[in-house]
Amino acid sequence: MNKRKYIAAPYLVWMVIFTVIPLLLILFYAFITRAESGALILTDKYIKSALSGSSMSVLLLSMEYALITTVLCLLLAYPAALFLWQLKSRIGSIVNLLFMLPMWMNFLLRTYAWRAILDSNGPLNKLLQTLGLGSHRMLYTEGAVLFGLVYNFLPFMLLPIYTSFTKIDNSLVQAAEDLGANRWQTLLRVVFPLTKPGIITGITMVFMPAVSTFVISRLLGGSQTMMFGDLLENNFMLLKDWNTGSALAIVMMIMMLLSMALVRKSDDDLIPGGG
Amino acid sequence: MKRIIALALVLMMVIPAVMSCSKKDTITLNVLNWGDYMDPDVVKEFEKENPGIKINLTTTTSNEEMYTICSTEGSKVDILFPSDYMVERMIKEGLLAELDLANIPNFKYIEEASSTRTYDPESKYSIPYVMGTVGIVYNKTLVKEPVTSWGILWDEKYSQNIMMYDSIRDSLMVALAYLGYDINTTNLDELKEAGELLKKQKPLVVAYGTDNIKFDMISGSVALAVDYSGTVAEAIIENPDLGYVVPDEGSNVWVDNIVIMKNCEYKEAAEKFLDFLCVPEIAAKNTEYLAYTTPNVGAIELLDDELLNNEAYLITPEQLARCKYFVDLDKDTLTEWNNVWMEVKTYKAEN
Repeated sequence: MNKRKYIAAPYLVWMVIFTVIPLLLILFYAFITRAESGALILTDKYIKSALSGSSMSVLLLSMEYALITTVLCLLLAYPAALFLWQLKSRIGSIVNLLFMLPMWMNFLLRTYAWRAILDSNGPLNKLLQTLGLGSHRMLYTEGAVLFGLVYNFLPFMLLPIYTSFTKIDNSLVQAAEDLGANRWQTLLRVVFPLTKPGIITGITMVFMPAVSTFVISRLLGGSQTMMFGDLLENNFMLLKDWNTGSALAIVMMIMMLLSMALVRKSDDDLIPGGG
Repeated sequence: MKRIIALALVLMMVIPAVMSCSKKDTITLNVLNWGDYMDPDVVKEFEKENPGIKINLTTTTSNEEMYTICSTEGSKVDILFPSDYMVERMIKEGLLAELDLANIPNFKYIEEASSTRTYDPESKYSIPYVMGTVGIVYNKTLVKEPVTSWGILWDEKYSQNIMMYDSIRDSLMVALAYLGYDINTTNLDELKEAGELLKKQKPLVVAYGTDNIKFDMISGSVALAVDYSGTVAEAIIENPDLGYVVPDEGSNVWVDNIVIMKNCEYKEAAEKFLDFLCVPEIAAKNTEYLAYTTPNVGAIELLDDELLNNEAYLITPEQLARCKYFVDLDKDTLTEWNNVWMEVKTYKAEN
């Protein structure tokens, strides 16, 4: 096997150029400043300003949105994946395809489409009016932002969970039933632990990008609140303050690492391993 | 296997070299513009008239991005279209080439408008491309009273029917102008007062938007919004119920300019392109395509009435008199502006 190491070389080069070096640059910008004498010195002033109350409240709000999105996606995706798994394999793969189909279209386009649908004079409101339910403002509300986030990230939760379902060896389920477990017990103590890796992957794939997204809040939420992505953009593009911007990026990465560690930890503790 | 890789590597090195040889006699000008900011036919026509020059067009979405791209070392950008305050910054930093107006004979059509610019009145480094104002766009079926003041954006009658512009400079400009302060203020107290005013307004604002303001105005779902005149002119073409006003307290006038970078290799060819854009027929084509006001007096004579009668298209001398250009603020001041704006954006009204 050792001989084949070189097949990983292209990715390794890619990773060094596009992940390792940029990360080092971010660290450099966040911690090093030019003193008046012209020498480069270590500083903590950028990190301090990144940890100021206002930017932390922006980060916490973004994480709150991301957390609610992740929970909603999980609640929707898990039963859906279970349902898909129990379908006959051919029908299952067709339904799975239908779930994935929207992803073939660019996500900005889909978000713009929702903008038009949710508009006060849009088709959804017209339908509500003809049904006699009255007109409602749906666009530019917090609900619209959450809806947009869940809509866009749902496939990223569904796909890994469904994949882990398909990997379950049916004989394990049969064994559980033979040994007298009822359907709930089988689900909770046999099936659920086996799909844990899918759930963790799903949470990672939804939570992480949801923290830093801001397009959905701009388009569907009317940018009523500032998202962490907005803050980063302002620092880099408007203020040209790459130092504080980098410090903000580091704070965000640390918060994400912490929350992901928390997810893994709580999974180990809470879910019965099969005992 | 090794031989194939070696062959591929050799080919990779040789092919571009051969290709660049065959193209030696054509010059490529790298043009950095705003997205959809020029009639595509104009570029084709220029290349047809000047077979030796190729235009390589790339686009960007903000002045800041434009600046970042062209000021990066090794940037190959030759011509770009920055706004007033960005031209000011780029002149200060010595990034721009001095123009030889003798090579731009059609400059005479824009000379008058060019001289009113505060940041480069002698057109040493830049010439105006299109211009516009910031004002209030309103739906005449939803707003029955005459609109004259920014104050209408604080009228509770229109609660949840108002859209503000989602950018630091534009939104704070509205509040500063309404308070009667300089729209380029460096006075922290004035700035904070403007921020408080925007916080007070927040419960009435349904959304802070950019490009989406146009769609919401056309669909009629919002009564009043702050927007750029050119965008409003387009919206009025789609929905004739809309009106546009530059409020009495004054506002911001902006010009997007054409400039040549100092490190441009083919300055004469670049000036040829600048001159081409000043030809009245060409300028008319572009302004009709964009619906932004042209500073070209020759082009205005060629425009049809639909555009000339559009109340957001032409900038009257009275409007111009009460408007000011944005000035490039220094980093510390801009940080203060950003802090005030962040407070507005993170503010949650208690209700």
